[in-house]
Amino acid sequence: MAHKDSKGSGGDVAPFLQIKRIVKKFDDVFAVDEVSLDIAQGEIFALLGSSGCGKSTLLRMLAGFEAPTSGQILLAGQDIVGLAPYERPINMMFQSYALFPHLTVWDNVAFGLHREGMPKNQIEERVTQMLDLVQLKPYSKRKPHQLSGGQQQRVALARSLAKRPKLLLLDEPLGALDAKLRQRTQLELVDIIEQVGVTCVMVTHDQEEAMTMATRIGVMSEGKILQIGQPAEIYETPNCLFVADFIGTVNIFKGQVEVDEPDHVVIASADCKHYVSHGITGTRGMGVHVAVRPEKMSIQTETVQDADRESPAEVGFNQAQGVIEDLAYLGSLTTYHVRLDGGSVVKVTHTNAARHGSSAMTWGDRVYVWWCGSDVVVLTR
Amino acid sequence: MTALARSNNTIYARFMGPWGRYVVIGVPMVFLLLVFLLPFLVVFKISVSEMETVYFKDLLSVKDDLVVLAFKYGNYISLTHDALYFKAYLSSIKIAAITTAICLAIAYPFAYFLARSPAERRPALLMLVMLPFWTSFLLRVYAWKMLLADAGVFNNVAIALGLASEPLKMMNTPFSLVVGMVYTYVPFMILPLYANLVKMDLRLLEAALDLGATPWQAFWRITVPLSKSGIIAGSMLVFIPCVGEFVIPELLGGPETLMIGHVLWDEFFGNNDWPMAASVAVVMVGLIIIPLALFNKYQAESTSAAKS
Amino acid sequence: MTPTAGRLTSGAWMGAVYVFLYLPILTLMLFSFNASPMVTNWGGFSLRWYEALVHDRELIDGFKLSLEIAFSTGCSSVVLGTLAALSLHRFKRFTGRTLFAGMVNSPLVMPEVIIGLSLLLMLVSVQRLFGFPERGFATIWLGHTLLGMAYATVVVLSRLQEMSPSLEEAAQDLGALPLQVFFLITLPLISQALASAWLLTFTLSLDDVVISAFLNGPGSTTMPITIFSRARLGLSPSVNTVATLTVAVVGIGVLAASVWMSRAEKKRAQEMAAAYRKVD
Repeated sequence: MAHKDSKGSGGDVAPFLQIKRIVKKFDDVFAVDEVSLDIAQGEIFALLGSSGCGKSTLLRMLAGFEAPTSGQILLAGQDIVGLAPYERPINMMFQSYALFPHLTVWDNVAFGLHREGMPKNQIEERVTQMLDLVQLKPYSKRKPHQLSGGQQQRVALARSLAKRPKLLLLDEPLGALDAKLRQRTQLELVDIIEQVGVTCVMVTHDQEEAMTMATRIGVMSEGKILQIGQPAEIYETPNCLFVADFIGTVNIFKGQVEVDEPDHVVIASADCKHYVSHGITGTRGMGVHVAVRPEKMSIQTETVQDADRESPAEVGFNQAQGVIEDLAYLGSLTTYHVRLDGGSVVKVTHTNAARHGSSAMTWGDRVYVWWCGSDVVVLTR
Repeated sequence: MTALARSNNTIYARFMGPWGRYVVIGVPMVFLLLVFLLPFLVVFKISVSEMETVYFKDLLSVKDDLVVLAFKYGNYISLTHDALYFKAYLSSIKIAAITTAICLAIAYPFAYFLARSPAERRPALLMLVMLPFWTSFLLRVYAWKMLLADAGVFNNVAIALGLASEPLKMMNTPFSLVVGMVYTYVPFMILPLYANLVKMDLRLLEAALDLGATPWQAFWRITVPLSKSGIIAGSMLVFIPCVGEFVIPELLGGPETLMIGHVLWDEFFGNNDWPMAASVAVVMVGLIIIPLALFNKYQAESTSAAKS
Repeated sequence: MTPTAGRLTSGAWMGAVYVFLYLPILTLMLFSFNASPMVTNWGGFSLRWYEALVHDRELIDGFKLSLEIAFSTGCSSVVLGTLAALSLHRFKRFTGRTLFAGMVNSPLVMPEVIIGLSLLLMLVSVQRLFGFPERGFATIWLGHTLLGMAYATVVVLSRLQEMSPSLEEAAQDLGALPLQVFFLITLPLISQALASAWLLTFTLSLDDVVISAFLNGPGSTTMPITIFSRARLGLSPSVNTVATLTVAVVGIGVLAASVWMSRAEKKRAQEMAAAYRKVD
């Protein structure tokens, strides 16, 4: 997770980057459907979504490669929609790196500076600085095809930072790297970006990438932004079924509101009754989804003790019985797939805290699954 | 990045400025309109003009306060009346079709084997196919004259070896013409076929074999249909120019092989009858317009396919 | 069919086609050294026809003219072809695009008699109206350029399509104006395609008979026209000598090019391997 204090969207200063009701239509399809965003200076903002959700189109509109059908984009107060890509104080790191094959590493990084008309000695200073930042100084005379994938990425980064842009755009920055390199690079990348202090908008389909690198995440689907928030918010408090399902794994119960009080709600579903220890905006009889994360559930072969519960009101709620249908032993934890008596299959993640679990549960065992009312998220859409 | 993320007109279309776009498209467009399209219109106009001693008369003229539009469609009538022209058109199409078929029969297995040969050897093998193409086509056609003549190399060798008692009549026959045509156009058939076959995913064949097809069945049911666009492209690249071929029939053809290109040449250079030559040309274009449209469609498809 | 039988068939078929392609050329070359004036009767080894070639004014003048026309055609075709390829590649929609694409592609297959005749008729009409151009160098060059442009467009277009669009976007993103993008990034990357397009159109022009015949004028007889008229009349040893020389030049050129290219490929592969060996 990025260590910077995340500045939220509030505050009296106008946000650094304001995206106002941007729409992009291709023929009859809305690639981007009325998106509005405020991004603070110094933030690393991630647009997260699967292919075709519109995140790449939005990024390209920020870069200037697509013109919005309608809407405004204000960067430090200036509307940049009418500006060509080469007129914007924005630089982009492409997914394929797009390093110029016929130029050396040095010339690649210096390219933008030459276009600016920067004096020779200043260019030399700046390029050296950038190459030192990414630790590629000894490779400055090489051409892109003489570098490995990770090295190419660092050159691309240095090149996109060389002009000290007001906004840095990252297009699936780690997509082209293999898994091991990806983890290490994620943190390195964030370090460099924070060191430079540039505001950053990145686009990715990889939630781990978004959660690790971003200060705030915007989840996108079908051209719309579904939820914006810090990684923890998105994970623990998804505002709709799509977001809950998209991020991490989750157990979803479909049910109806039975009791609707300002301080607690009871929802009946096929497997059990859910006691939620907070109120919701809804009415009795309303159809809702209940989401519980696998790590919030407890699994045991013994019956659930009343004393284990958070509050006496929860006794009898938020629990179900079932049979272990499948399990995946992953060393530090085990994921159990339990078929509840009511019919649904839930996933429960259990940390293997003890070396030899006294009650080592296995396939076919009859178990109890339970969780706390405060760990439940009710999704009304 | 998904396909949706890119609009149809790239950044150039938006930010090149109107003059940039006009220049880049305009210069070749104007050139083509003037040098390709306009001549066709002129040909059509001349085909309905009257021929004067050296030049053709204008269609429109003013005489005695009367505007006269002289539209001589008579040329086209003679085209239909005189059996010569009809025979020439028919024979051109027939010979072009035979040439295309033979080229396909020779080129397809060749392209197939070439595409399946080890990758390191392919560039060299391909270059060996292209090399004759780079040497003058005129010279290569002439070579067949040398080989097939009554006193030519083949006959001399055959007589010397005792295989024949007198020279075989091979020259100036439909046989020599077709040999020359096939020889010239086979590379044009090989290249599109090869380009198509080499890109084919071999795993499709493996899947077919895995599902119980014999290699022969896999070939006919998978390989051939997938190479359809290559077959069409190659066939068009051979058939259309063959219809109007002139040089090869002139050097290797004979009295039995009447080709329309030759007729056109004779009308123009021989009879000096420009309107007649023009009407022959117009009808020739009419004949090839459908294959031509097919070819253009294929080119457009391969352009857009390459983009995605 | 067993693998060995398959390999035998493939080898046999390919071999047969190669023999078919090369036999005439090799025969031509062989008989250029024939001492006997009877072209197809071998009378011993001799260089007499090569000596005769040196004094063959008609052929040599024709060759010079062909060379000049071919050179100019190469240049004009590449320029027009590149512009046409850029238009088709970058602008997906513009008025007349289908017509444009059709016009660019058609000369590839259009019979040359039609191109030659139509162009000539138009030029004659223009000459009647405006008094120029006289048929000769310029008119032949025009016809060759039309044909060459079609080939050049195909070559350049396919290279443009291979090139990643992100490269030009990256250049613009870094502040380069569209014209700068073209000269600094696009042009260097398509340079090889431009070179091969030039070579291709040069060869085409050098070899052309029909269009040159329609569009030439007095005093502008190209080499192929000369060869063609001689070939029509019968067999002539001068043609054989030209053939040998052509094949020799082309053969050496192609050989040199492929050797140079394979060396460049090897070097590239070595560099890439070296990059990946180093731990990041």
